[in-house]
Amino acid sequence: MASVKVVVDPITRIEGHLRIEVQADNGKIANAWASATQFRGIELVMQGRDPRDAWAFTQRICGVCTAVHAIASCRAVEDALGITIPANANIIRNLVHGMQYVQDHVIHFYHLHALDWVDVVSALKADPAAAARLAQSLSPWPNNGEAQLRDVQQRVSKFVASGQLGIFTNGYWGHPAYKLPPEVNLLAVSHYLEALDWQRDVIRLHAIFGGKNPHPNFLVGGMASAINLESTATINAERLTDIADMIKRARRFVEEVYWPDLVAIAGFYKDWGAIGGGVPNFLACGEFPDADVRDLKSLYFPRGIILNRDLSTVHEYDHQKVTEEIHSSWYEYAEAGAALHPWKGETKPKYTGPQPPWSYLQDQQKYSWMKAPRYEGKPMQVGPLARMLVAYAAKHPDVQEMVNATLGTLKVPATALFSTLGRTAARGIETVLIARQMQHWFDQLVERIKNGDTATFTKDKWEPSSWPASAEGYGYLDAPRGALGHWVQISNGQVSRYQCVVPSTWNCSPRDAQGQMGPYESALTDAHPLVDPERPIEILRTIHSFDPCLACGVHVIDATGQTLSEVRIQ
Amino acid sequence: MYRPSAVPWSPGAPLGQHLEERGVSRRDFLTFCTEMCAVLGVAQTMIPRVAQALQDIRRPSVIWLQLQECTGCVESVLRTAEPTIGDLVLDVVSLDYNHTLMAGAGHAVEQALQDAMNANKGKYVLVVTGSVPLSEGGIYTMIGGRTAETILREAAAGAAAVVAVGACAHFGSVQSARPNPTGAVGVRDIVKDKPVLVVAGCPPIGDVVTASLVHYLTFGRLPEADSEGRPLFAYGKRIHDQCPRRAHFDAGQYVEVFDDEAARKGWCLYQVGCKGPATFSPCPIFQWNTRTSWPIGAGHPCIGCTERNFWDTMSPFYGRLPGVSGFGIEQKVDAIGAGLAAGALAGIAVHATATVYHQIKRRKATGELPEEASHG
Ligand code: SF4
Repeated sequence: MASVKVVVDPITRIEGHLRIEVQADNGKIANAWASATQFRGIELVMQGRDPRDAWAFTQRICGVCTAVHAIASCRAVEDALGITIPANANIIRNLVHGMQYVQDHVIHFYHLHALDWVDVVSALKADPAAAARLAQSLSPWPNNGEAQLRDVQQRVSKFVASGQLGIFTNGYWGHPAYKLPPEVNLLAVSHYLEALDWQRDVIRLHAIFGGKNPHPNFLVGGMASAINLESTATINAERLTDIADMIKRARRFVEEVYWPDLVAIAGFYKDWGAIGGGVPNFLACGEFPDADVRDLKSLYFPRGIILNRDLSTVHEYDHQKVTEEIHSSWYEYAEAGAALHPWKGETKPKYTGPQPPWSYLQDQQKYSWMKAPRYEGKPMQVGPLARMLVAYAAKHPDVQEMVNATLGTLKVPATALFSTLGRTAARGIETVLIARQMQHWFDQLVERIKNGDTATFTKDKWEPSSWPASAEGYGYLDAPRGALGHWVQISNGQVSRYQCVVPSTWNCSPRDAQGQMGPYESALTDAHPLVDPERPIEILRTIHSFDPCLACGVHVIDATGQTLSEVRIQ
Repeated sequence: MYRPSAVPWSPGAPLGQHLEERGVSRRDFLTFCTEMCAVLGVAQTMIPRVAQALQDIRRPSVIWLQLQECTGCVESVLRTAEPTIGDLVLDVVSLDYNHTLMAGAGHAVEQALQDAMNANKGKYVLVVTGSVPLSEGGIYTMIGGRTAETILREAAAGAAAVVAVGACAHFGSVQSARPNPTGAVGVRDIVKDKPVLVVAGCPPIGDVVTASLVHYLTFGRLPEADSEGRPLFAYGKRIHDQCPRRAHFDAGQYVEVFDDEAARKGWCLYQVGCKGPATFSPCPIFQWNTRTSWPIGAGHPCIGCTERNFWDTMSPFYGRLPGVSGFGIEQKVDAIGAGLAAGALAGIAVHATATVYHQIKRRKATGELPEEASHG
């Protein structure tokens, strides 16, 4: 096969609008470009707002990662104003964020990623009895009986026969890259359906503490959901019992359905443990403080950096070393070619691409709304794999145990972690760990309430009259998709500058001035197959292994040209 | 919401037969119809007609465009409430295009879009989430090399009905807030030659989207709407007039600061910024996440997300209503609410809905709502 140009736009089963272009030679990808084709400009909208409102605006960056920007924003404002939230509020935020991880990762696996590995049509050929035997050898989950699986198969069969395939229209069914036996396909399809009901149930935790999901409510200084065991209008014993049950159901599904499925499916795709590794550097900002958010030692997932796949050293993460470049992005800087720390960040959108409708972007120097974040000039991967590698290298006992057991079960070498399969497996590993950790946070909360502490909010710095004339703060949060930072500057009671550096900006970054590719691009060109350019399923596998969230990734910084006060790095 | 491998609805088969095959009893089906009638504000005498109409409908094509947005609206519809038969009504449509869920990608799904539009020309329902950025020729949102505006105009041209879901499709939402960097507008600013139903909210409650589609499937037309395009069955009343905390408002019992004694008793949130008196929304009645709770129910003031330009007109979110820009300082909260009501409903014959009357009655009977809650 000669070199061909392949365009995949839209990339589906992600959040937002992503375009991938590649050049493929003889079944291998030789070159790749990742382009974000949407821009919203939310940080620009932040100018002049009440900083206590910032969480609501920035939360709307994304409705999939719906809690994460809100919490990062509250932390940034609380950091700026010197607010320490009550212990209960920190625990509630952990519970909310923890359930976000668990629910979001399961949805990602079944509804966004699975169809890259699971051939729905092949499930028709399965023997339900054999599928049930297989399922029961993997897990005690009660819904894996022969009758249930036969039922699912009949539904699929009628659906396919109907000729109206809906969301399955023009899928890549029968592609030779699908390797699962029909029985495993059937099992996965059955769990695809069960997961739809499950996710709706367990995320109700967000409604209890935040009133709704998507976009639950948060509060600078704590949480708005008061605790009072004697009232029907607050967090009370009935609510706590409901939450306890949700946590149990969440964990059970993860341990008995998601994780066994992931391991079983991975067993048929071990070759993907040597494909799509890409950028060898990993960044985790750390998450789930057990105590105050400033106490980094109390983080359940540690903070740190891995360079060149070297797990013998965890380097310290220092946010002052983060910069953003725009060599390939549709923006301009006052000083051309600059690499700016977020505190000095500028965003002046300047579209130089072809006028729509257009066919290709790969011959353009600038080809994306995404900026290129770099750490000491290096591109970095963020997300579950980065977190698990940092924790593994930092000798986190839970992570070491899970990672070693997984490598042993799959009989793959540790190098398989640095791959498309590694990213997907790491997501499953951390989901198991967080699903277990939820119980710990819940027990903490109940224990505190038992001891008479029901405080959820610190009112000392609520009134703007108690604020300094100017202040700035940094809020970090390691979100399901990776390291997130919010930076806020406040003057005279208003937001004067607001900045986010977001997981998908790291991962979907375009090339920098040195020609270094971002993680998506680099992974797509790392020993990466593309057998049939008309049906680019391999591209979807690797891109989905990052769980892209494009609305999060594209952000705009202060574009007003205002003179802002000098920034103090804390 | 969309569960494709649930017993599929064969082409040409009426819904009644399909439900039977799925093991839904006649009784369950009628219960569902009764609930839907209550939700939609349709008289009880209409139930047999609704049931008949629903039974006879054929699986229609739904094309769902996601433009400049955050995917929160799709997520909200994924959380639609029990009864699961409510989900069923969504899943029995043929969802022929939706980025979040589709198996294929790139030109395979763009082809599916073209095929669905051609095969169902004049008959499909177009659901739109996201705004349309108009600045600089539309380059702020492009899919497959084309602008959001081009894609929307093309899809709207062949649609039987257009449903704009969420605040972005309503008026542009957060990206259209001051200074609106990308020139974002809502669907009704682009599609002017046919009625566009607006399911407002950031995001809207998934069940309101479901109920709107049920209405369309049942009656063959979109439900009656206010001047914003919002269906009256859901947005006909202010939150303040349906709020379980209203008795505390009337009694002057206010939360003064979060987590004070009043907050721990569930008193009124007006003083900490509640925009319920100026917001038309079904939150207190439908509630969120399979009726688990809702914003005020979880102690946070309403931020008014079903209202046009709420990011600018309702903020600061913790400021008391009279201080909100756009209102006179001296105006009393009820006057503001009434003024908004008159504005929103201007020119509309008031729809004779007993909106959610049955649910209110039920919830009052169980003590969930105080007596005042049904006054409109
Ligand atoms: S002001 Fe808000 S909390 Fe108080 S009664 Fe009205 S809607 Fe309810």
